[in-house]
Amino acid sequence: MKLTRRTLLALGSGTSVYAMVAGLPAFASLTDDAISAFTGGAATGEGAISLTAPEIAENGNTVPISVDAPGAAEITIFADGNPVPNVATFKFGPLSASRSASTRIRLAKTQNVVAVAKMEDGSFQMVKANVKVTIGGCGG
Amino acid sequence: MISRRDFLQVSMAASALYGASGFGNWARLAAQQQLTQDQLLQFDTFGNVSLIHITDIHGQLTPLYFREPSINIGVGGNKGAVPHVTGADFRKLYGIKDGSPSHYALSSGDFAALAQGYGRVGGLDRVAMVINAIRADRPDAILLDGGDTWHGSYTCYKTQGQDMVNVMNALKPDAMTFHWEFTLGSDRVAELVEALPFAALGQNIFDAEWDEPTDLFPPYKMFERGGTKIAVIGQAFPYMPIANPRWMFPEYSFGIRDENMAAMVEEVRSQGAECVVVLSHNGFDVDKKMAGVVPGIDVILSGHTHDALPEPVVVGDTIIVPSGSNGKFVSRVDLDIRDGRMMGYRHKLIPIFSDVIAPDPKVAALIKAERAPYLAEMAEVIGRTESTLYRRGNFNGTWDDVICDALLSEREAEIALSPGVRWGPSVIPGQDITREDIFGVTSMTYGEAYRTEMTGEFLKVVLEDVADNIFNPDPYYQQGGDMVRTGGLGYRIDVSKPQGERISNMTLLTSGEPIDAGKSYVVAGWASVNEGTEGPQIWDVVENHIRKLGTVTVQENNSVEVIGV
Repeated sequence: MKLTRRTLLALGSGTSVYAMVAGLPAFASLTDDAISAFTGGAATGEGAISLTAPEIAENGNTVPISVDAPGAAEITIFADGNPVPNVATFKFGPLSASRSASTRIRLAKTQNVVAVAKMEDGSFQMVKANVKVTIGGCGG
Repeated sequence: MISRRDFLQVSMAASALYGASGFGNWARLAAQQQLTQDQLLQFDTFGNVSLIHITDIHGQLTPLYFREPSINIGVGGNKGAVPHVTGADFRKLYGIKDGSPSHYALSSGDFAALAQGYGRVGGLDRVAMVINAIRADRPDAILLDGGDTWHGSYTCYKTQGQDMVNVMNALKPDAMTFHWEFTLGSDRVAELVEALPFAALGQNIFDAEWDEPTDLFPPYKMFERGGTKIAVIGQAFPYMPIANPRWMFPEYSFGIRDENMAAMVEEVRSQGAECVVVLSHNGFDVDKKMAGVVPGIDVILSGHTHDALPEPVVVGDTIIVPSGSNGKFVSRVDLDIRDGRMMGYRHKLIPIFSDVIAPDPKVAALIKAERAPYLAEMAEVIGRTESTLYRRGNFNGTWDDVICDALLSEREAEIALSPGVRWGPSVIPGQDITREDIFGVTSMTYGEAYRTEMTGEFLKVVLEDVADNIFNPDPYYQQGGDMVRTGGLGYRIDVSKPQGERISNMTLLTSGEPIDAGKSYVVAGWASVNEGTEGPQIWDVVENHIRKLGTVTVQENNSVEVIGV
């Protein structure tokens, strides 16, 4: 099997969603609201969008993330533990060679980073990654 | 297509460590005389390629005692799986007889008595002898150092890693990866790495500013051996800027980066590699998960979590070989690489019994020369111990109890915190404690012992945070290491719960009263990852404490109640 970046990320998000349930904030509902506003309440698919984010942030003040969704017209990123969940929106014109973007975001604490893509056909794709923000451990 | 069954058959046939049949009773060992260097080195050369793996030496040039853990809890999918099996259960699992050399080398139980009989382990001059012997069988064997090499001893601290670099260079490694090395500071790391006569690898060592690979640490190196091409991909410790002080190496970013690992595997395969070896400092459970996520890796040489297993763990078509720590073991892995793939392997975890394996005279002389300038100050006797002093275990070790007591009394604190690192040799009952022994469990470049106030609420946050680094059910969120050690503070931990719910019943041990979330407590600790931490060096604190005690006796520590296992 040839492993694609996409299958990797699908595996990654599948295993990480349960990691941080405790203390998931009231902001989560803000994110749900914001996503609904973006999608107009339409259902979201998965598999055609990938999100690369560290499992544990090295520095919560500047967390590198990147998104990739071939065929996307627009991608919005949300951080569900931040006071204002909308982080960034990237718009792609029909001549855009790649529908990917990278940025750095600030995460106040452990939370989910959610990317939602509006595809050129009007459908929506969503992917989620749990990023842990920690005060630091001890190592071996 | 090689099947899982082929792998397992080879594995069983080669069954690892000499001594699985046992040597009978341990009482003052005739066993030691029966154990010979030839037996330890015996190996029927196999296939066309040999790998030699050593990892997590932690600056230990000379023979030492090292007690393996009694408690090493696995969570999630690794519950009850190796290496989370200890003591008698471990021996039962691998058919190791009580009192045998394998018992002493690989598991806890009767440690002090067995240490008296079997003596010390490790010593890089003995390691050199083993490497020489393997190279006599297979001159082009590939020697790989898994990192945590330039850290952990008096001489390593004083020479900023130079002693280890000099001695390791004499062993002629082919490649290395990294963890604690970076705590020397990025300038010193660059200085040492630029002068290395072998590859410094790390596919996950990135430039922090641009989040792209660095020139200093290439991702992999190709080797042509035995008529085939082997790629060795480096994987440094993923969580260095979190577990260790980020301000000491701000130019670098790490992370697991398994998508990049997958890309590197594809890249080396496309360049003709018939065998892909990952030289990893991930820690065992992270390696196990990565083997399942990233296809195309034949061998993972596993470091960081200091586990030693008598045979590889197989995940799909990948074998994972953990090789212990502190110079106690060398792994030899012979591979049969044909027709573009790994057809089979033979493995042996070779325990370095220091009294059985002869030192290599050249390396012994080199070690002596490196130590000579510091010998007098290192050898100074500070006290003696009536208890075994050790560190390994998820919650506390007797060495940590001594360190926490030293912090409580010397820094006049109510509560002490000591990092749950896994390095540090043991001292057996009746032994003197030297300054070198104290450095063996405390040496680091950020050893200042702070004294501060923390609220009960913040103390709980600290315990919860560290607990999640160890007991998060997803290995990718585990940093390796063990629970932060506490002095003056007891608690209950439910390892099955999520973060925020594991810790309860926090108690101030002096008064027996529950910890009050709103109250401030005087806390002393060391190894803070924060820049500008002030205080005396931890080794001075511990030395003063032991000097006052004269003789150290450690009582059983019942201050942590563990549930949910």
